[in-house]
Amino acid sequence: MTAITRYLKSLMLLELLKGMSITGRYFTRPKYTVHYPEETIPKSNRFRGLHALRRYANGEERCIACKLCEAVCPALAITIDSEPRADGSRRTTRYDIDLFKCIFCGFCEESCPVDSIVETHIHEYHFEARGENIVNKQQLLAIGDRYEAEIAAARAQDAAFR
Amino acid sequence: MIDQIQHAWTWLHSDAASAVLIFTTIKILLITVPLILCVAFFTLWERKVIGWMQVRKGPTYIGKGILQPFADVFKLLFKELIIPSEANRVLFYLAPLLALVPAFAAWSVIPFDAQVVLSNSNAGLLFLLAMTSMGVYGIILAGWASNSKYAFLGAMRAAAQMVSYEIAMGFSIVGVLIAAGSLNLTRIVEAQAGNGGMFEWFWLPLLPLFVIYFISGVAETNRAPFDVSEGESEIVAGFHVEYAGSAFALFFLAEYANMILICFLASILFLGGWLSPFPESWGLVGTAGWWWLLLKANFFAFLYLWFRATFPRYRYDQIMRLGWKVFIPITIVWVLVTGIMVYCGWLLPGE
Repeated sequence: MTAITRYLKSLMLLELLKGMSITGRYFTRPKYTVHYPEETIPKSNRFRGLHALRRYANGEERCIACKLCEAVCPALAITIDSEPRADGSRRTTRYDIDLFKCIFCGFCEESCPVDSIVETHIHEYHFEARGENIVNKQQLLAIGDRYEAEIAAARAQDAAFR
Repeated sequence: MIDQIQHAWTWLHSDAASAVLIFTTIKILLITVPLILCVAFFTLWERKVIGWMQVRKGPTYIGKGILQPFADVFKLLFKELIIPSEANRVLFYLAPLLALVPAFAAWSVIPFDAQVVLSNSNAGLLFLLAMTSMGVYGIILAGWASNSKYAFLGAMRAAAQMVSYEIAMGFSIVGVLIAAGSLNLTRIVEAQAGNGGMFEWFWLPLLPLFVIYFISGVAETNRAPFDVSEGESEIVAGFHVEYAGSAFALFFLAEYANMILICFLASILFLGGWLSPFPESWGLVGTAGWWWLLLKANFFAFLYLWFRATFPRYRYDQIMRLGWKVFIPITIVWVLVTGIMVYCGWLLPGE
């Protein structure tokens, strides 16, 4: 008996109608689509994008070549060489980040004792030739100089939680 | 015999013949050009509807999304035609045409209004059945001529599926045939006229046949959830993997023309074609006209997209089971039931 009722029930296509009622309901729902280049969604101040090296207000670079970031980097994306500068302070002579290796975990930023290496909110960038994926110290400092205001604002917003 | 040929030959060179030929050509263009435009906008509507059902927006950029199909068409037409080196060149070129020609030829017997039909043939339904079956040759040839595994698998699946569902479809048409007492599509629609509006149509006495006809139609046109012959996730794109550019566009056109054809046929055979769903005494809304046919066909076209947005693909053996073990027995039983209804006078053929 149950087999017959089940058979007759399956002929009514009830499951199919149920499925269609669900898609039918979604048909009129507000859509989630964001027209990306024209519209963007708000970004967290903890967003981890392209890297930058910061300077102090007097123009002195923050990095003291402690190599904590190089040590903590799980992808081995950071390469640092250092030498004493003329005034006796320890500075980097080379600070390369391979963006193809980088996994944007943010450990370098967390490990930095002087808030020198940071990850900015920039995520729209590209490379046009082989080798451009390795950004050197000059490029990182230039990014830092250019976006210092935004970087500082994001750090200030997040300071209470750090 | 030779006399007749000579007679036809001289007639062909007369002014009357050229007038008839020109007039017929214009009529054919009046059907095919809007049909091609319908196909274009149907693809857009499909992407929009599926997008909306997936809480997306669908195409929005080219002319607010409305001109998207034209961008697609021009892209396809300007693309290079690639022929696999191992392919059979003649059949490879012939296959898209073999798919397209029956899909368009079938439209010649579709009545759009009481007097608006290209060929008011008395065997219209038979012709339609023949034409929709012909489409499978294009698909088999495409799969065979491509000389590729996936194309061949797709073609085999498509052929098996179309042959199986043809039978269920044919039996549901037999039910209509019994109820209408005619093979002429105009007469079939007129047989559904009456004072009861939509309750005079065949969908009510032939409800199981109506449902099976439309579902078989979806399977016949190889659309989701019966699209194993394309099965992107299993065999890439089935029979037309090796086709690019305009040859692919022809397959696309044929597939969509067939879909729209099934929509029109379902409306004509079961939903009273151009008849109004309201009684004639209701004045303007009760007036019969082609707009009702378009409305009904639109409803079925929307169902096609709704199915595609809702159901996952059937497995191959499930498709065969549904066709042979469910649809064919039910249609046979209901053809008998229709016969009994006619015999007992509950359903008067042709009225």
